[in-house]
Order: sequence, then C-alpha cells, then structure tokens
Amino acid sequence: MNIVEELLNNHSRLALSKGITAVENEYDNAVEIMTKIYPHTGNAYVIGITGPPGAGKSTMTDKIAKEYRKRGKTVGIVAIDPTSPYSGGAILGDRIRMMDLMSDEGIFVRSMATRGSLGGLSQKAGDAVKLMDAYGFEVIIVETVGVGQSEVDIVKTADTTMVVVIPGMGDDIQAIKAGILEIGDLITINKADREGTDKLNIEMEMMLELNPEHVSWRPPINRTIASKNEGIEAVVDSIEEHKAYLMESGKLAEIRQARIKTEVVAMVNDRVNRYIDKNVVETDDFGKTVARLSTREIEPYSVVEEIVINVLK
Amino acid sequence: MANVKVLVAKPGLDGHDRGAKVVARALRDAGFEVIYTGIRLTPEQIAEAALQDDVNVVALSLLSGAHNTLFPKVVELLKEKGLNDVLVIGGGVIPDADIPGLKAAGVAEVFTPGTPTGNIVEFINANVK
Repeated sequence: MNIVEELLNNHSRLALSKGITAVENEYDNAVEIMTKIYPHTGNAYVIGITGPPGAGKSTMTDKIAKEYRKRGKTVGIVAIDPTSPYSGGAILGDRIRMMDLMSDEGIFVRSMATRGSLGGLSQKAGDAVKLMDAYGFEVIIVETVGVGQSEVDIVKTADTTMVVVIPGMGDDIQAIKAGILEIGDLITINKADREGTDKLNIEMEMMLELNPEHVSWRPPINRTIASKNEGIEAVVDSIEEHKAYLMESGKLAEIRQARIKTEVVAMVNDRVNRYIDKNVVETDDFGKTVARLSTREIEPYSVVEEIVINVLK
Repeated sequence: MANVKVLVAKPGLDGHDRGAKVVARALRDAGFEVIYTGIRLTPEQIAEAALQDDVNVVALSLLSGAHNTLFPKVVELLKEKGLNDVLVIGGGVIPDADIPGLKAAGVAEVFTPGTPTGNIVEFINANVK
C-alpha cells in the first residue's frame, strides 16, 4: 500500500493508521512519509487536554469530540497512556471511554504508549497529529496525563491547552499547581457535583490572580460533569474563544512558529543523541573510560571535552 | 522499537470482564501494549478500534454463549477493513465442541477457563505477524 497516496487522495483510514504505526515504530519509510505529508499540514486546530490521573480526561475528550461533531467539525484524537517502566508493556485504557465514537467516520482515535523517553514521545505524538492533520481532520485533541516532562512537552505543542482538575485531591492539587496548571489556557473543574468544588474554584481563581502572565488572556474556569455531559458546550465555547483571541492577536502564528522551532531543535537533538549513543556510549572504549573514572584514575571533565571535540570533528 | 499491540475486547451483551482484565494485565506484564476497550461492544466497534490502533492481535472474551456468532463476525469485519494480518484469539466459557468451528472461521486459538496466562503470551509471541 502506498500510505501517502492512500492517505492524501483516497482518504483511507487504514493508511492513516499504518502511517502512525510507521512513525511510532520508526520504520524505514517513516521519514519519507512525513516528508511527503508535511506540505499538507498546518490546517488543523490542536487542543491539548491534560490533568492528574482520574480527572476524567478521556471522558472529557469523548464529550468534547461529540460537541465538535455537532458543530460540524471532524475530530482526530491522540490518547496517550504511560508505559510500565518494569515490563515495557502498557494498558491503554482511554479508548474505553470513547467506544461509541467508533461508529462515526468523522472521528479517528489513536492510542499511544509513552514507551521509553528516548526517541522522543512528543515527536512521535506530534507526527501522529500531523498525519491526522494531513488526512483532513479539522480539530485534533491530544490527551495525556499531566505528569512527567515529556507529557507536558506534548501538551505544550497544542494551540489551546486545557487542564482538567477535580475537587477533593488535597495535596495533589498543591503539587500540580506549580506544574501543569501554569500551562493551561483553560481550566476545567470536572466532577463539579462533588464536595469541595467551590473551594477548588476559589483556589484556581487565586492562582490565576497571582500569575502576572495573564494580562491579555485570562484562563476561564469552567465547571463540568463530563460523565453526564454537563458543561461541555461551555468548555467548547471557551476553546473557540481562546482560538479567536489567538487569531485576532496574531499569537496563533507566533505559537505555531515557536512550535516548529521546538520540533526542529528536538529532532536535531534526537539525531545527535542517537549518534552519540551509537558511536560513543555503546563502544568498548567508553566502558573502559567509565571504569577508569570510577577508580578516580581520570576525571570526567576532560573526558567530556575529548568526546565533544571528537564528535564535532 | 516495534511493540506488539493487543486489543482486548468483549463483544456482545456480557458484562463479566474480570477474565478479560486479568488477561489484559498479564499481557501488559509480558511487555505488550494492551488496548482495553471494555464491555458490551459490537463487532463493528471492535474492528474499527483495531483499525485505528493498528493492532497486531485482537483478543476476544465472551461468557454469554454468543461466541459462534460474534467471533466470526469480528474476523469478517477485520478482513473487510483490510486488516489481513491481525491475529484473532478468543477466550471464555466456550464448549470444546465449538472450538473447531471457531478455528475454521479464522479464530487462531481459543483459551478456555483454567488456561495459565503464560500460555496466551506464548501463543501470541509464536504466532503474531
């Protein structure tokens, strides 16, 4: 099957799926596919959804996708779940909340495992987004748990980022305050029928109040009960308002250019890292050097200097 | 880095998912990427999910007795969607007498109650394309 041809011209869902597998597994044809589809990307609006485990991100994604379908948009979804660091396996359970989307041709859901951090998950997720974009999906949602730098990196690449929080998490909320909450263009309090919703709402308001960056756009706080589809329309309205703000202020072009820069830097770093792994780290000489370092026979600073000079030669 | 992807699904009107969950966990521990899709699914939903996630294996669990209808239907829909290399396996309370028929319909292997999960892992490793 000619993946690029089938994806671009024949609207083949199988080709889209195979294309994502190619980038995910780093098949030989992955670079060729991405090279050919790149000119056809840049049309989709990308939404990142993140938050702590159990906040209802998958359910929220499902409901937001349905709301966009009602508004006449096609939706691609990339749902990311963590790989077990022990077995290398993963249980990807996001799809369980999205099974009734399976009968809609205007929706495509792809589950991805974080796998190892090496090789750049954010790059692979980014490529999956581009493939969906080239296929023609108008809205693309990237959903991932908000722990770990790589997940935050992925979500940061979205045009609009939404952070989902829930009441009753106590110290967990304190912990994420300093992290992912700051990247939210929208904050959604899900499970808002639970005790502690008002308190959480006040805490979120206070946090936003203290952030000096929120001058021209202040992240709206929405309340939802995603499992009952309550408050979802307002969330989608907020996303659209943020989009309009980005477009009118010219910030969308800025964000996207910054994203391209980040992507290219990451791709270069990835190539360099792989080169060093192959030509330095995995050599016998390097093993010997480490042994000499551990007996303090030599010191690391000149070792590094030597390696860098050799690599850059 | 090509990981084996397995879709675990329960077709039909059967809410008993403990077996499917135990298998899902065992497969994860064996290093597979398991897409768990839950209960009460139509064959169409399962086949479409298999296509979107481009899985290597579809593992069906059923305890309601409708396996002779639903398992072959999933196999048929996978083929219709062009997923010709997907390994389909089944499990649950399935009478021995039904197993040859299921195999003839394209279910590669059927695992009945009492099967050590290691057997399923071994079978997948030996037969996945």
